[in-house]
Amino acid sequence: MFRRLAPISQAVSFEFEGRPMTAEKGESVALALLASGIQSCRDSVVSGEPRGPYCLMGACFECLVVIDGVPSCQGCQVEVKAGMRVVRQSGARSMDEATPS
Amino acid sequence: MTASVIAHAGDLVELYDVIVVGAGPAGMSAAALMSAEGLSVLVLDENPAPGGQIYRHITLNAQTKRPYLGAAYWAGRPIAAVFMTSALTYAPRCRVWSLDSANPSLDEPYARVGISLGGVARHVQARRVILATGALERPMPVPGWTLPGVMTAGAAQIALKSAGLVPSGRVVLAGCGPLLYQLAVQLKDAGADIVALLDTGGGLRRGWRYLPSFLVSPYALKGAALLFKARRSLRVVSGVRRLQVEGRDRATAVRFKTDRFEETLTVDHLLLHQGIIPDTALANSAGCALEWNETLRAFQPRTDDRGCSSLPDIFIAGDGARMAGALASAEAGRAVALAVMAELSPGDAHPFEARRQGTLRECARLQRGRPFIDTVYLPARHFLAPEDESTVVCRCEEVTVGAIRRAARRGVTGPNQLKVFTRCGMGPCQGRMCGSTVAELLADEQGTEPGDIGTYRLRPPIKPLRLSEIAALPHGDADTFAVTGLHPENATDASPSLTERALCDDR
Repeated sequence: MFRRLAPISQAVSFEFEGRPMTAEKGESVALALLASGIQSCRDSVVSGEPRGPYCLMGACFECLVVIDGVPSCQGCQVEVKAGMRVVRQSGARSMDEATPS
Repeated sequence: MTASVIAHAGDLVELYDVIVVGAGPAGMSAAALMSAEGLSVLVLDENPAPGGQIYRHITLNAQTKRPYLGAAYWAGRPIAAVFMTSALTYAPRCRVWSLDSANPSLDEPYARVGISLGGVARHVQARRVILATGALERPMPVPGWTLPGVMTAGAAQIALKSAGLVPSGRVVLAGCGPLLYQLAVQLKDAGADIVALLDTGGGLRRGWRYLPSFLVSPYALKGAALLFKARRSLRVVSGVRRLQVEGRDRATAVRFKTDRFEETLTVDHLLLHQGIIPDTALANSAGCALEWNETLRAFQPRTDDRGCSSLPDIFIAGDGARMAGALASAEAGRAVALAVMAELSPGDAHPFEARRQGTLRECARLQRGRPFIDTVYLPARHFLAPEDESTVVCRCEEVTVGAIRRAARRGVTGPNQLKVFTRCGMGPCQGRMCGSTVAELLADEQGTEPGDIGTYRLRPPIKPLRLSEIAALPHGDADTFAVTGLHPENATDASPSLTERALCDDR
């Protein structure tokens, strides 16, 4: 995990997998997760192996998460917001879940 | 004067004199200079604040709070300050997903840039486009590099710059290049527990030729001070030949081998880095010709001495054109801006030309010593074209060294055919994490050089875009024909609609 060099000054509360988390206002979802001790945020699409943020600059697409129901969000490119619900992205999407109900 | 900061796609106008993509040192300098001369300039950038990766978060950081970032970082302050006080339009948090050169024969007189801003996609046009998209870290595929806990050195630096976060527990850095040493010292100063720096570089080799010019360059003293500080305060292991990450759900150990010994270190974080290479994705997708740079072992867009790509209205500045470093990139940005201004000014272009020559001289001065660094820090062969068959190369689609080498032996003609056969490079990163390794592996198997192999041909959108955003874009007759197969003039106002008729025909 990552350690904060300074305590949080402006706290933002969000959820990861239903658990309450706290982040610093303005930081990305990926950084907020790393600072909260979450190293893995998704399972890979072929073998289902755990993966975590790798480049933090929008190039590698390893930090994909589901944010407020929207899948495949790049965690490092989205600013964490109060009340955000972040969920792990599990493997590839199936046709069933893509079909509107 | 302050830059006009735009948060919604709808607040942009249709046409600008120049669109600059990227707000790093090259983009900020180019944009500030052109706006000072009265051109209408739009700067598009993905990050929430200007600075690019090298000066990331520069306008929001206080030197007193983050002193460990070092003098080279704070040098970005004045560049960003000039940028933010220029009469230009700046769209942060903006994704650029396509770029098309002007095509007068198709009634497209200006270059078109596809953007997504504030959740809305649209096109913006410009007389000239300057790509200042910077660089990426060269991928360093080793066994186990996909495990959580393994990141690039650049990623750790971004966490440090933008959020004051340091990796906790036992940290190992591995690879080669100046940035690896710089980060090691920064992290150490910030209080991280650096267990070791494993240097995989090949040593002096052919670099001695460039040593004299390096010794009189601005890099020499800085580099020597950095190496001295790293070696005095950290355990540095030179001549690392093999590297392997171990762990089940996350990285827990790093095993490495030199010519003399083998060792396993338990780790919580492994930070990999083997140099940086130009980010060519947008230039590639626009159809700009790329060329192989043998010194850097990387593809870069082909540019003329003005910075113009193979397409006449697309210019490229800074590390996205060829690796130069931050300060030289800022100068390079100004030089390209002056070339663009000379083209766009209706009258005499000579005053711009004289200034441009001065800027180019300064740029060259700042780059003295660079060939030495590029040559000395070129990664060793087996880290460019790995031999271990089980190592994942394409992280998205999980394609291994073995699969790529087998395809190459079966006669795959290049990266694009490899993609079709193996899905390598077909995932969301669009080859950013595997392109350079794939070119090296195919060249290795076929006994040639990556320059002869080529790289992926990218197509827009080069950044993810929601289908609803694409659907909401205005569409013309050609788009209707592309989707429905019907010419709009053949359609009548009577129902069924074009789309419904096309669907009926398909049935």
